[in-house]
Amino acid sequence: MAYSEKVIDHYQNPKNVGTLDKSKNNVGTGLVGAPECGDVMRLQIEVDEATGLIRDAKFKTFGCGSAIASSSLATEWLKGKTVEEAVKIDNMTIVEELNLPPVKIHCSVLAEDAIKAAINDYRKKNGLEELKFEESVIH
Amino acid sequence: MVQLPVYLDHNATTPCDPRVVEAMIPYFTNSFGNAASRNHPFGWQAEEAVDYAREQVARLIGADPKEIIFTSGATEGDNLAIKGVFEMYASKGNHIITCNIEHKAVLDTCKHVEKEGGEVTYLKVKENGLIDLAELEAAIKPTTILIAIMYANNEIGTIMPMKEISAIARKHGVLLFTDATQAVGKIPVDVNKDGIDLLAFTAHKMYGPKGVGALYVRRKNPRVKVTAQIDGGGHERGMRSGTLNVPGIVGFGKACELAINEMEEEGKRLSVLRDKLESALLKIEEAYVNGDKEHRLPHVSNISFKYVEGEGLMMGFNKNIAVSSGSACTSASLEPSYVLKALGLGDDLAHSSLRFGLGRFTTEEQIDYTIEQVSNTVNKLREMSPLWEMYKEGIDLNTIEWAHH
Repeated sequence: MAYSEKVIDHYQNPKNVGTLDKSKNNVGTGLVGAPECGDVMRLQIEVDEATGLIRDAKFKTFGCGSAIASSSLATEWLKGKTVEEAVKIDNMTIVEELNLPPVKIHCSVLAEDAIKAAINDYRKKNGLEELKFEESVIH
Repeated sequence: MVQLPVYLDHNATTPCDPRVVEAMIPYFTNSFGNAASRNHPFGWQAEEAVDYAREQVARLIGADPKEIIFTSGATEGDNLAIKGVFEMYASKGNHIITCNIEHKAVLDTCKHVEKEGGEVTYLKVKENGLIDLAELEAAIKPTTILIAIMYANNEIGTIMPMKEISAIARKHGVLLFTDATQAVGKIPVDVNKDGIDLLAFTAHKMYGPKGVGALYVRRKNPRVKVTAQIDGGGHERGMRSGTLNVPGIVGFGKACELAINEMEEEGKRLSVLRDKLESALLKIEEAYVNGDKEHRLPHVSNISFKYVEGEGLMMGFNKNIAVSSGSACTSASLEPSYVLKALGLGDDLAHSSLRFGLGRFTTEEQIDYTIEQVSNTVNKLREMSPLWEMYKEGIDLNTIEWAHH
């Protein structure tokens, strides 16, 4: 199976690899997947408390090229968005952007789950109710 | 200058040796006859070529040419041996013993036999990938008709103790079949010294063409018979009908002849290169060899690089280096290699494995290049692996509650 050029580009030059200080109140961390499944994503957001915008986003991913590319792309899209906008990022837009084949759709689902987990972690830390999401179908 | 791309997936398939191709060419055009045409020179020529190849093939495994049945490959050989014995010896019993790291061509054939009323015992291999001989013997019952154990494993390259297995089979009057696809042409295999009754192998794993293989069926002590699985014109003494693939068989014969002459030296050369590759890659932190290091094919190494995922790892160099991974990230089930899991590896280590299979045309420069590329990619991916970060922080990954898919 050949990878799309965009997947290869994100794999070779991943954007926003790194770690944010998870002890800070304005940082939300999402850790999804499992080593046994061959995919683990950790995605973090840092929210600018004055503007409500996501100021920074970082990821680290254990997984295949498509998983790395999905999380790299997700961090790019998160920056500059409000938390409310970020919640709406849908896995299928990641699939379209990266041209993922059907067997790799679960990578995009994982990225969407990571975003939601990070947002909920941020909300929890700031005394907000955790958002409820429908169970992702494709895992 | 290193020659690129580097092909290190010789357990999947091998290139045809140019000498093999050369031997085959006349049989596509001038000498195109059907080996079963008994009444004209075209047929005679083809038959003669097949007879010669049959001798070459038989010699490589110490068999008599009459004991060689040409097939389309090892999968067909596996099917013919297992289903053929199951049907032929139905009055004797219905029990077959195999093991859990066999190739799918054996495992799925056994599943089929189970549906037909057969009983199959799947022995579990030990951590090193070898079966426990005491367990094998204990599994034999009065209804046991066949032991089917592979000669060498395709993923980890471990070699089963064939002589000891055949001694047990003989003692209990049970036939022994071995899928020797990965072993023949790489290490000495002798059906008499090893005490094997049926043996399947294929040309394309030993520098011959794809689409041709053979099943060895013993004719003496004991005389073994299998029920044909493909009916028709009664070719191959009625055990495998179908017009013979003359060019393929000629190429297979030539590949066997080359193996007889060159196998020993080639094995020595490849084991030196393999050991160089392996010891260099094991210098990487948290890297482990899978399967027994002693009882192993000379050209194979299977290594897990903890905290990086195999497919992601391959992507770092797969434009220039071809290897295989036990990660099944592309499969719908997301299940990693059942062979590695059978060794007791956790799924995470199975996902992190690469298989290196060296071959006849592998050079030392290519091995040096591979060491550098693989090491760099492992380091790069660990920098972006959350698991590596946790490991470095001293967090026990087993204490984390993962959201399992």
